[in-house]
Amino acid sequence: MFIGYFTERPYQDPKSGYFGATGKPIMDLNVSNDIYDAELGSALYNRYLDEKIYAEEMGFDGLMLNEHHSTPFCMGGAMNVEASILARITNRAKIVLLGNIIPIWDDPLWLVEQLSMIDMISRGRLVSGWVRGTGRESVAHNVEPHYNWERFKEAHELIVKAWTTPGPFRWEGKHYHYRHVNPWVKPFQKPHPPIWLPGVVSRDSLMWAAEQRIPYIMLATEMEPTRQAFQLYHDTAAELGYQSGPQNIGYLWKVHVDETEELAEEAGRKYVQGPSNPFLAGNEGTVNPALLNLPGLTSRRRVLPTQAVATRARGGNSGPAGALGRPYEQQVENYTIISGTPDSVIPKIRHVLETIRPGSIFFWDGDGAMTHDDAMRSLRLMGQEVLPAVREIAEELELPGPFEVDPATSKPYTGNSPATAPAVEVQADA
Amino acid sequence: MADGAQVWTEEFVEAAGAQLQIVRAGSGDPLIILHDELGHQTWLQYQDELAKDYSLHIPSHPGFGETERQEWIMNMRDLAGWYLEAIDDLGLNGANLMGFSLGGWLAAEMATMSPDTFRKLVLVGPAGIRPPAGEIYDMFLVVARDFMTAGFHDPDNTPEFKQACPDEPTPELAEAWEVAREEACRLSWRPYMYYPGLPDLLHRVKRLPTLIVWGREDNIVPVSASQVYHESIAGSRLSVLDNCGHHPEIEKSGEFVRLVKDFLA
Repeated sequence: MFIGYFTERPYQDPKSGYFGATGKPIMDLNVSNDIYDAELGSALYNRYLDEKIYAEEMGFDGLMLNEHHSTPFCMGGAMNVEASILARITNRAKIVLLGNIIPIWDDPLWLVEQLSMIDMISRGRLVSGWVRGTGRESVAHNVEPHYNWERFKEAHELIVKAWTTPGPFRWEGKHYHYRHVNPWVKPFQKPHPPIWLPGVVSRDSLMWAAEQRIPYIMLATEMEPTRQAFQLYHDTAAELGYQSGPQNIGYLWKVHVDETEELAEEAGRKYVQGPSNPFLAGNEGTVNPALLNLPGLTSRRRVLPTQAVATRARGGNSGPAGALGRPYEQQVENYTIISGTPDSVIPKIRHVLETIRPGSIFFWDGDGAMTHDDAMRSLRLMGQEVLPAVREIAEELELPGPFEVDPATSKPYTGNSPATAPAVEVQADA
Repeated sequence: MADGAQVWTEEFVEAAGAQLQIVRAGSGDPLIILHDELGHQTWLQYQDELAKDYSLHIPSHPGFGETERQEWIMNMRDLAGWYLEAIDDLGLNGANLMGFSLGGWLAAEMATMSPDTFRKLVLVGPAGIRPPAGEIYDMFLVVARDFMTAGFHDPDNTPEFKQACPDEPTPELAEAWEVAREEACRLSWRPYMYYPGLPDLLHRVKRLPTLIVWGREDNIVPVSASQVYHESIAGSRLSVLDNCGHHPEIEKSGEFVRLVKDFLA
């Protein structure tokens, strides 16, 4: 089992009025940065990096980062900057980027260079994930949402080719054009760093991941539709003639551990306070239905079972705006939030592992309105009690991670065999 | 069908390699109407009045309504080029051309490419030019119904507003709006709803009699852009209607019809 740690790095400002359940409504792209406090921003960036160092000390296998734009719920607008720092200040853990929003890069060759440098400086610890981004991201960087999926696939092909094919070569695609592709820096890992794909709703993305034999990570979705979506992955793999398994799927959800049940509840409730991702279940904030349905961004018809649940939680797609507002108690009940002492969380984590059978898991903690102290108490107890217990459970349930069993071959993982399909079809400049 | 006095028909015709959905009505000299960014939605009073004197041809652009998308079309200039062939195929050379909003931009692009194809040109609140004051309303940051509503200065006192923009859109209309938004997005995302070279290209349209109609309170394409159109097309006529938003054809239907009939006569 591969166990990662994740925080979305919210901009926590108790004075902003955007903080806490009774704060001003946070509508996507409706919060001006004129409230941004430089001292606070600086302190928070450093806090989140410190927590990542401690997570590595406590035994996590992966330090996960994500990226959003023009929003207070995720400060990682340039996630690769944080990843670059982690490459130097940590020693063992994988740096898991879930992910770079490749369709919004007008120049993905620049991304090729950044990721290769992170892999070099970390001596081969980069796990490079891709996402398609939400409407917010397409708007913030003003990239055609209707070509999001085409650009995603073409950027992926270009990046993999730039990592693996000796340059210089020419690239004349539909969306990207280069007369001289020859990045001097190349990845440390050969042939290139593993590529994973996180997602929530898109059937196209999940099927593509299965076709490419890329691990698919579900983000904070409810258990039963998540199980169904993963079944689709496994069925697709079987149709394509390979055996997928736990090593091909991962699950991220909210897990907090504390010294007493009282402290755990107090901290757990902070998940749904403060600026947090309105796109994912159970967070504060209001989604803008126009952004959710940005034309062509996600197929209106080819969505996963997880999307139907998310849509219902928002009260449907109609109306001027929907707030997620799924109460804390309901999330505790359906295991999308697990908060408690080590003794009470371990059986619940076991239940999730039994239901979904992932080979990778990510504990989402220290988020919403949680303080540095909340995060550090939890990390300590995770390291001391929860992680060893979860590893034993995973062993018993036979849930190998993608660094134990290669997702592409279902054979034992070897350091030089990244988890992607053996060959990538290159459309442009064949 | 006959919603008003005039009978209209809808059919699919082969044009420029596509099955083009087209609504036709009336009799007289041909008048091609190019719909806006939400597609041809409903039969309205102004169409009924114009159909008394002209034979109307109202195509759904590729990717709108039920006309299939042409994947190679990536911008408005591509679409304009496609349409000129479609007009050849439909035998409509010499027709009058009228376009609304995104359709006005389309008509303007077609006119720059081939001014002699048309008899007269009417542009109604056309997009296509970056307004010197104000910005073009971003339709993609709101849902379709809110965008429609923003296009009216006084929706409460516009009799046909509810017909164009029902409180509870039918599932068919809601779907048609989403389809239209997607194609509009493909045509207009960046730069949003304009082409930087258009004002200079428009100089060629001086050979084509042109009427520009704008609502003074247009929230969608600010009225400042009307001056650029007017100055770029030598000899053009500009009519700015008071107390009127982005849809003079609906909000000031009577005045609009008189203007257009006078001009086309």
